[in-house]
Amino acid sequence: MTERPTPTPAPVPEDRTYAVGELTRVEGEGSLHLVVRGGEIVEARLGIFEAPRYFEALVVDRTPDEVIDIVARICGICPVAYQMSAVHAFEDLFGVAIDPSVRALRRLLYCGEWIESHALHIWLLHAPDFLGYPSAIAMAADHRERVEAALRAKKAGNDLLRLLGGRPIHPVSVRVGGWSRAPRRSELLALRPALADGLAIAQETTRFVASLPMPAFAREPRLVSLRHPDEYPFNHGRIVSSDGIDIPMADWRSIFEEHQVEGSNALHARTLDGKGAYLLGPAARVTLTGGTLHPLAREALDQSGFAELIRTNIYASIVARGVELIHAYAEALDLIDAYVPPSVPLAAWEPRAGVAAWATEAPRGLLFHRYVVDDRGRIREAQIVPPTSQNQAAIEADLVVAAREVLALPHAEATHRLEQMIRSYDPCISCATHFLDLTIDRA
Amino acid sequence: MASSAAPARPRVGVVKMASCDGCQLTILDLEERLLDVTERFEILDFPEASSARSAGPFDVLFIEGSISDPHQAERIVELRARTRYLVTIGACATAGGIQALRNWGDHAAFRDAVYARPEWVASLDRSLPVADLVPVDAELRGCPIDPDQLLELLAALATGRRPQLRDESVCQECKRRGAVCVAVAKGVPCLGQVTQGGCGAICPRYGRGCYGCFGPREGANVDGLLRHLTADLGHDPAEAGRLLAGFTAWAQPFRSAIDATGGAPEGSRRSLPMAPEAARRAAQEGAR
Repeated sequence: MTERPTPTPAPVPEDRTYAVGELTRVEGEGSLHLVVRGGEIVEARLGIFEAPRYFEALVVDRTPDEVIDIVARICGICPVAYQMSAVHAFEDLFGVAIDPSVRALRRLLYCGEWIESHALHIWLLHAPDFLGYPSAIAMAADHRERVEAALRAKKAGNDLLRLLGGRPIHPVSVRVGGWSRAPRRSELLALRPALADGLAIAQETTRFVASLPMPAFAREPRLVSLRHPDEYPFNHGRIVSSDGIDIPMADWRSIFEEHQVEGSNALHARTLDGKGAYLLGPAARVTLTGGTLHPLAREALDQSGFAELIRTNIYASIVARGVELIHAYAEALDLIDAYVPPSVPLAAWEPRAGVAAWATEAPRGLLFHRYVVDDRGRIREAQIVPPTSQNQAAIEADLVVAAREVLALPHAEATHRLEQMIRSYDPCISCATHFLDLTIDRA
Repeated sequence: MASSAAPARPRVGVVKMASCDGCQLTILDLEERLLDVTERFEILDFPEASSARSAGPFDVLFIEGSISDPHQAERIVELRARTRYLVTIGACATAGGIQALRNWGDHAAFRDAVYARPEWVASLDRSLPVADLVPVDAELRGCPIDPDQLLELLAALATGRRPQLRDESVCQECKRRGAVCVAVAKGVPCLGQVTQGGCGAICPRYGRGCYGCFGPREGANVDGLLRHLTADLGHDPAEAGRLLAGFTAWAQPFRSAIDATGGAPEGSRRSLPMAPEAARRAAQEGAR
């Protein structure tokens, strides 16, 4: 692990406005606006101008199973996360007892999505920044074997999603009470060799990304994730933070709130205590609940020597994602080995009026859903808080720190560096409504 | 120089409008075939995958997403002028998407329901399919599109032939695959007979009814299906109608059938006043 020396900042003209063009290799559309006054950055604003799609209004009057299909469409990269937060919320409200194998299959489905999303991000979106290419496709000209291995490893995740859900994007089998179809043991065992190959590729990938030079960056972020005593958090746990928050998932609104910011179609989230920004995602999870990582993932984290850097340097999130990728393959293999088809794949349930609220860990961080449900089981009100809108304030706060170091660079280089930084958060701008157009306002 | 120079690779762009990114992700999900595709096509502009940008002109431009804000409405016209073959991919671009459910309602009320300061949000009253604004040369249906259909279209574009996409219903795909008919065997409401095939009959094979994400098949007898659901299976007409009010609701004849059965579900017909949640947010904002 090496850090680039911090360049000595050149004198910055007194008052300037900067704008970075459209941000690439993120999901969705956004822009970055920096305001510089008297040589100091006074504001960094990540604008999310993805056209609004009004999901919280569209689900009103819908049934719980319809909601599971609809909310998946918020994000083509992490549809399972939306389905999981919703299905658990409804089952919790209706008091549906699910078969233990049904729960194991849900974790397996989440493993598939983490593999697909993390492999996509590490190799297709983020690694080209570190290696100096505009895309993985361009990178393949010089690193064909590596890119082919990455695509093969990603395919193992998509094949798992396809088996469990019919298709990798917007799977169809998650229902309140369980599964419309549960796989046969032989079908899962057939995926084992590809997942074992994926695990080996993920281990090599993590060693490789930990050898890349990380741009210097240090801050003490406030981290938030789910934590569960016995398992790495996918579907269940308590909401915890690096500064002592420890609450049941359903109580998200007792600590956090959403608010609208001009120039962005995503609602931002913050804590009610006035401390403001917090960071979700792989860096938060690895730091707050690293003890529950699969032993193979924990071994990779320890060998990388990145545990501290993951917490303080956002660029190192690529290593955190590698560690979690190992976890996802290793847990998937364990779940497949232990799989017994559920005796009740789809439990019967009766609707009940009340509030259904749950959080799960999407690949890019905690995803909170809350639904007010009437006695027929129809949705009356919905609140969906995606990870990227929660991370937005933390991204902006970090940009103020990072941008100081890049202001002296030529505009193209400054833009590239800031884009790389934003990509480190794996923002799913479609989820948060929502690509990068950097403007720097120097007045 | 050789007398027959290799033909130039078609120059391709991938553009996003209002969407979830799932259809363009299907391109990256071609996995082991992705690098073959990129050798046969020159990817000029694909911002989700590459920082290298270009404004065209394009031989082939894939459009994901519906047209739902004023900027998109201007942009699609400009893009059309720089494109030889414009291909819409997915339910949003071909039918308006799930977000077209707002077309039944009062748009201002939708904005008010989600945003405390609706005046900061620019969006059109309706979420529209691309073909409502500009001519479209080819379309791939589905929410999301099917990877095999995508490969077939790419193969056809690379070789200059017509794509061979089966024109059949989900029902026919089900039969060919030997799947048990969920409508007949279990009485499950299923849109398979009125829905364009191409997905491989995923839902019936996974134990549930088709929810129409590939959109209506040409000549679909939607009235016949609704009669079956209400008269034979005893569903309430409004309940039968809401089956159609999904990812391709704005496509005809689904749209008219939804109107005939009482309109889209209430959330789509939102009208003032604001939902309590939005009122709470507005109050919070006001308090600051």
